[in-house]
Formats: sequence, C-alpha cells, structure tokens
Amino acid sequence: MSILIDKHTRLLVQGITGREGGFHAGQMLAYGTNIVAGVTPGKGGQTALDGAVPVFDTCAGAVGATGADTSVIFVPAFAAPDAIMESLDAGIRTIFAITEHIPALDMIAVVAEVEARGARLVGPNCPGATTPGEAKVGIIPGSIHRPGRVGLVSRSGTLTYEVVQAMTDARIGQSTCVGIGGDPINGSNFIDMLELFAADPDTEGVVLIGEIGGGAEEAAAEWKRANMPDTPMVAFIAGRTAPPGRRMGHAGAIISGSGGTAEAKISALEGAGIRVAASPTQIPQMLIEAGIAPD
Amino acid sequence: MSPVKLQEFHAKTLLSRAGLPVPPYAVASTPQQARAQATAYLEDGAAAVVVKAQVLVGGRGKAGGVKLARTADEAEAVADAILGMDIKGITVRRVLVAPGAEIVRELYLAAVLDRGRQRILLMGSAEGGVEIETLAVEDPAAIIRVHAHPHLGLQPFQAREMAFRLGLGDHLKQAVDICSGLVRVMLEEDADLVEINPLAIVREDGPDGPAETLQLLDAKITLDDSALGRHPGHEQMRDLDEEDPADIEARAAGLSFIRLDGDIGCMVNGAGLAMTTMDLVKRAGGEPANFLDIGGGARSDKVAQAMRLILSDPSVRAILVNIFGGIARGDEVARGLVEARSRQTRSVPMVVRIVGTNADIAAEILKDAGDDIVSAESLDEAVAKAVELAGSAA
Repeated sequence: MSILIDKHTRLLVQGITGREGGFHAGQMLAYGTNIVAGVTPGKGGQTALDGAVPVFDTCAGAVGATGADTSVIFVPAFAAPDAIMESLDAGIRTIFAITEHIPALDMIAVVAEVEARGARLVGPNCPGATTPGEAKVGIIPGSIHRPGRVGLVSRSGTLTYEVVQAMTDARIGQSTCVGIGGDPINGSNFIDMLELFAADPDTEGVVLIGEIGGGAEEAAAEWKRANMPDTPMVAFIAGRTAPPGRRMGHAGAIISGSGGTAEAKISALEGAGIRVAASPTQIPQMLIEAGIAPD
Repeated sequence: MSPVKLQEFHAKTLLSRAGLPVPPYAVASTPQQARAQATAYLEDGAAAVVVKAQVLVGGRGKAGGVKLARTADEAEAVADAILGMDIKGITVRRVLVAPGAEIVRELYLAAVLDRGRQRILLMGSAEGGVEIETLAVEDPAAIIRVHAHPHLGLQPFQAREMAFRLGLGDHLKQAVDICSGLVRVMLEEDADLVEINPLAIVREDGPDGPAETLQLLDAKITLDDSALGRHPGHEQMRDLDEEDPADIEARAAGLSFIRLDGDIGCMVNGAGLAMTTMDLVKRAGGEPANFLDIGGGARSDKVAQAMRLILSDPSVRAILVNIFGGIARGDEVARGLVEARSRQTRSVPMVVRIVGTNADIAAEILKDAGDDIVSAESLDEAVAKAVELAGSAA
C-alpha cells in the first residue's frame, strides 16, 4: 500500500497543454501513472501526449467522462487558485498544486474551502508525490525511487530528490514520497501526511525533511511522540547556518526573532525520539539503526 | 524574488490612502528641505517636529536616528546630523518630518499572516513601543490575538473585542476602524505584514479644548513578492539604495541570492538543497560566500549570470556547484558554466557536482572545459573538495 496515490489513481492534469504541464504529464505517463484526462479551457475535444489523453474544457466535464479522482495543477499562478476551486467543485478529492508564486492571501480562502469540503490539497509550490512502481504525480524525477516501506514527507524539492537518491542507493525503498511545498499557506502540513503514513500498514518508517521557519516541524515532533511513538523516524532540517532575518528562497524559510531556528526544531524532534541527520547522506544509516532493514 | 519592505513614509502613504488616521508627514533628503517642512508645521501650531531617519533596519531611535526639534534651526541641524548617518551599515538618505505629538498612551497593533492557523492574525498589545518578538517570549499573555475569518475577513465583533481588550473603550469607533483597516490594507495591498508600533492615543488642542484621538505614529509594511504583478505601483516602492547591488542584479535575473561573509561561492538548484549545501560547507569547516538558488529549469544564460554574481565577490576563493537535475537539466547548467568560464577575468577553482537529468551530457561538456574544474560524485565529496580548495587558495 501507500498514501495519496497508487496504481488505481485516476489522474486529471490541469494545464496539460502548457509547456510545464505537457512535459511533466509525459514524464508521469512514462512512469506508468494512470492519466485519464487533461483540462485546458478552450481546448476541449483535443488530445494530449500523442493522443494518449483526452482534453476537456472543464474539470466537471473531465470528471464526468473519465471518473478522475485526483488532479495535478500546472496552470500559472494567477489562475491556480481558481483551478484548485474548479477541481474541488468537480468532486476531485486529492489535489496537487505544483504552481509556485501564488500570492499567499489568495490561498487562505481556498485552503479553508478545501478543508470544509473534506478534500485534500497538497501544495502549492510543491514537487508532488511518488508511490514508487505505481504512480508519480508532479515533477519528482521517477528514476530516483525504489519501491519499499519508508514514507518520506518534505517541505523541499531538490533536497527531497537528494535524500530519496541516498535511500535508493542504500537499498532502502519508499512507500510514498510527498513534497508538501514551501509556501506559508498551503493545503497539507507534516501532520496531515504523518496521519496517512501512520494508517498505512505498509509504511514501516518515516523520513521528515524540514527547513528553518515556522513551527511545523515542532508540531510534527509533538504529534509523532503522541501518536506513532514506535515508528522509526529520521529527520533532516535545512538551514542550520542560515542567518536570521534573511529569507532563503522559500517564502516560509526565514528565521524571525526567536522563532523558526534549526536548533529549536532539532531539539523538538530529538525530544520526540526522532533521529536528526546532520547530512542527507546520513539518513539511510540512521534508518537502519532505527530498525529499517534494507532490501 | 524577494519581499518588498516599505519605508515608513511609503507604509504611511498606503495607510492614509485607506483612510486611517496617519498624522501629517513630509519627506526630506536635504537639511534645507527638512527646515522648510519643519517651518510649515511649526507655523501651523506644532510645538515641535520629529525628524526620523528612513531606513529599513530596526533600532533607529537607539542609533540616534530619531530626534525632536523645537525650531526651524534645530530641525535643520538634526536633519543635517541624521542625513548621511550610518545605521547598521545603511546610510540615511531621507528623513521623515512630522509634527510632534503629545502622546498619552502607546499601543501595538499588527496584521500578519499566521502560517500555523492559515489565517490573517490581528495582534495587539496594550504596551506599545516594545519589540513584539521580545514580548512574545517574555510575556506572551500580554499579546491579544484575533484571527480573521477566511472568507468574511475581520468581523466587527472581532475588532470590538480587540479594542476592548486593549483598553480602548473610550475610542471604540476609531479603534474598530483601525483594526478593520489594517486587515483591509493587508488584503488590498497583498501585504505579509502591516505593523503599527506605536499606535498612540494623542492629545491635541481642538476647538472645544484638548481632545484625544488614536493615531498611527509609526508603520511597517512588507509586501508579498508573489503578488507584485497585480500592484503596478509597488515595485517602485522597493528601496534599491538599501539593497546589495548583487541582490538587485540577482532579482532581475530571476535568481534567489543572498550574500554572506565566507569565501566559498555556492550555486545550487532549489532553496532547500541550497541551504543544505551551505550547512554542509560550514560543517566541513568552510564558510559559504552566498546563498544562491538558480531555480527550476534554469537555462545556460541564467547559469552564466549566476556565476558572474558569485565572482563579483572578491572574497570568493572557490566555487561549489551542486545541481540535482529534475526540471533543471544538467547539460544546460554545464553549458552555462563553460560560457561563464570563457569570459571570467579571474581564476577561481570550481568543484562541480551535477546529478539527475542529463548528468552524463554535462560530464562530457565539462570534461573538456579546463583543468580548474574538479568534478565530484556525491554531495559530501563535493563539499569536502570545495573546502579544501578554498583553504589552499587562502
């Protein structure tokens, strides 16, 4: 098993005829993801990816014709909140928003509405998720994965790839890897993903990749202590040496005043019995020490 | 991209445009201008004027950047002293001149983005003039917090609650207008932060004798850079004088760059990986010269521009390139490195690690590019080599 996506996922790609959307839809399809539809307003009736995927004008049309249950959004920032709402309204239950640079305040009402309707949003500004060997939704390179039993949740993109590659090199496979994104207002946090991993019988251990800024890692540590005390868990925090007051790329990654420092996060994680690696390359060994066997 | 921090006078422009009670102010860049403005306020009945340095760093007052003046001569003299003053490395180029206020009481009020709760948070404290972050640590109960509704915004009952809890029952209507106004300004201007410190009860002589009103004496606004595209006027409010020229160049090129004090220039794709690379450099005994995220899908010309930025820092003794290709293609990065290499005037050893998409083509390109390009397989190896090269170049 896995979380969020698997071989039964029926994926709708919003923005499939765009440059980014088209390229990554091709990559997802090549990985074996079950892409059932694309949506680009005005291009309904066409096909994408060399005839492999029908394109619809609206999400409702796509869902009605194909039974899509999951969507991934590649539309530009100004149109992305609306794309999320359209997807939600069409009955999609799991939405991945890859788009970056969506104004933060635009996301407040969208996130609240997703929650009110009991759906799930991952992102925005996230790399998506991969369930190795089954499905890949988003932009994570498929080649770095290995099927297995360790779940991974991260606030970063390329840093995630680095960690996944290190795990795969050490023959530690992944159940699902998911990037929740670096924006200040986003749909899913660490705890949302930990809840799913905790309920997944095939996830035996978890890797959490955090970074400076905010208090999400501390909250995740507290949740882990209370709810999955026996699950082996290894964490990594980026930005140990970042200077306070300077934003490091992600809108979320800033140390302000006494809040959001790597020290506070590491201490909270270690206090909850989570091993914290000083380098991504230490993660596989730490997982093994925590009881995860390579396969 | 980086958020736009507004100078006090720009923040006050946005707040007064929204109808909030901002006392009169003027901006001067010469002592003579300050004198003329002070004269006008003094002739208009002000007992004194305040002259305030316009810089984006905190602690202006302690640094001597805020002074009272009772005469035009005095105003000119203090403006002369403040203009050109160095406050935490920033040269003061402008001062704000405003009539002095008779302050009865100071409070703190701010609208911020609460990431944990995913709402706009209105924070107030009956104690003004304090550092809110210090107060949050020392006396968190002294901060009153109200979250705006995600669809309906800050509702009047919430504004009233804040007003009563701040002890502003005697100024209820004005306090409610200000609370609602801060949230409205935040939404209308796409701000991350709208902070009033202090919000003050000010005593003024009116036609019926002395009267007390609430006024926004100081203001700080930070704008969301993701929303700049829909506010055509905002980019002009960015104070380029206070930025490192390298930051300005980086922003124009679409790079995320922060200059640091070390000697190892870093070029990485992705913010998390860029921070991690810096952390590992430091852990290996080196000092990063910068944070630089070239972003996803960077083309060769952007890479070349990033390399020029790194080399513009004379303290850089070694360069570490760490690329995990996904959207970014290894060959594009390699081509950019070679292009930059062909134009650079100073020789700096470079360690290159490119993995992921098209890493094999990148390796071919770099093989013939020169002896001073060292390749590395793993991240740890790349970091160790860069630290060693910087050390031997020192």
